[in-house]
Formats: sequence, C-alpha cells, structure tokens
Amino acid sequence: MVPISHAIALSALLFCIGAAGALARRNLIVILMSIELMLNAVNLALVAFSRQWGDIAGHVFVLMVIVVAAAEVTVGLGIVISLFRNRESVNVEDASLLRW
Amino acid sequence: MSALLFYVFGALAVGGALGMVLNVRNTVAGAMSLVLAMVSLGGVYVLLDAYLIGVLQILVYAGAIVVLFLFVVMLLNLRGEQFGPERLAVGKVLGVAVAVLLLLQLLWLIPTFAPPAELRPGFGGYRDVGMALFTDWVLAFESTSLLLLAAMIGAVVLAKRKVD
Repeated sequence: MVPISHAIALSALLFCIGAAGALARRNLIVILMSIELMLNAVNLALVAFSRQWGDIAGHVFVLMVIVVAAAEVTVGLGIVISLFRNRESVNVEDASLLRW
Repeated sequence: MSALLFYVFGALAVGGALGMVLNVRNTVAGAMSLVLAMVSLGGVYVLLDAYLIGVLQILVYAGAIVVLFLFVVMLLNLRGEQFGPERLAVGKVLGVAVAVLLLLQLLWLIPTFAPPAELRPGFGGYRDVGMALFTDWVLAFESTSLLLLAAMIGAVVLAKRKVD
C-alpha cells in the first residue's frame, strides 16, 4: 500500500499538466481534453481521500464528477463544431470577439 | 507489488498526459495519449480500492468521452497545425509558469497523513457504492439525469445544421 500523500502528489502533478495545457495550447479540442485531465486529477484526489478515511462518499462524488464531465464535453464539442462551421477553425485566437 | 504497480500506472498516466499536452502536430495522437492516461488512472483507482470507479473510468472516459473527441477531430478533418506561427509566445510561457507555480504550491501543501483507515469488506464494490448512491445521495443521482437531458438537448441544438 503506497502512502496516500503519493497519490495526492500524482493528482497535483496531473492537475498542473492539465492546467498548463489549458493555458498554453491554442487548439480548442486540446483545451477541452486538458480540462478532462484536470477533472480526472480531482477524481484521483477524491478517491485517495476516500481510501484514507474509509468513507464511501468520495466515490459518489467521483461518479457525479464523471457525469458532469460527460455533459461538459458533449456541449463543448457541440460548440466546437458550430464554431468550426462559422470560422473554419478551432483556434481560440479566431474566437476572441468578446476580448478587447 | 501493489506499490510498484502504483508507480508504474502513475508514470504511465503522467506520460500520457504530457504526450497529450505537448503534441502539437497531431490531435488524434494526442487523444490516444489521453486514452493511455485514462486507462492508467483506472489502474490507480483499483489500487486505491475503488473497484467500481476504476471500471467506470475505463468505460466512460476511455470508452465514450475520448471516442467522442476522436469523432469530432475526424469529422472536422483537422490536419497538422494549420495555425501558423504562434502569435502569443508570451502567453504560452506565462501559462506554463503559472502551472509550475501551482504545482509547487500544491506539493508544498500536502500534509503527512496518518496510516489509512481499516476498510470494511466490500469497500468500493458496486454494492457499497450503490447503497450510498441510492440512499444518502439519491437526490443528487436524480438531478444528474436532468443534467444529462439538458446536455443532450444542448448538444443537438448546438451542432445541428441550420435548415432555413
């Protein structure tokens, strides 16, 4: 059995890789995948804490997060498709109308 | 043995995640790296006694969500990076710097834990999770069905071709 802090450290590492991808990449699909990665890192932290305290509630939270992630990715990819139809591009630089 | 497996799965997950983020040439290969990361995370969940979550992770993420990503990438027929030269190299460096700073902060915050609690038999199996889900969290469970319905309608409305 590994120490729980190692699982938490792995979770932090994955979260920051996902954050770097979401901040630094310009491809909208890659940004969505990075957000999925960040949600997964949080799931790992929840599972690790659940194992630490022997409480099943963390697993239920993880199920909810998975459902929200699925809903989010469905709508996000719908937006990507509709953006591609209008702009012929999935680069976020081409969708900056609301930015100064 | 289980400790060794944890580190192997953890390294594979980090490798897959890095492969997804760093791959600027090919989005399909990036999505396949994400599959590697998701499946390895499923292994980590099983090692942390979350058996049902591990199975669902592989079913939902590797089986459904990444397939959806691949489907969209192939539907849009994106090749290479037709993005041209990077206009905002400063933003890229800044983003990575923020992420590294966040990582150092998070690692610094991790406390030393007491040894993990003794688990009751059957912890993390489908029966255990199902009992919690359908007694204590039944309202949350029902509201996820509304969320999924809303997402389904939203996706159909957003992605449908305008007919007029």
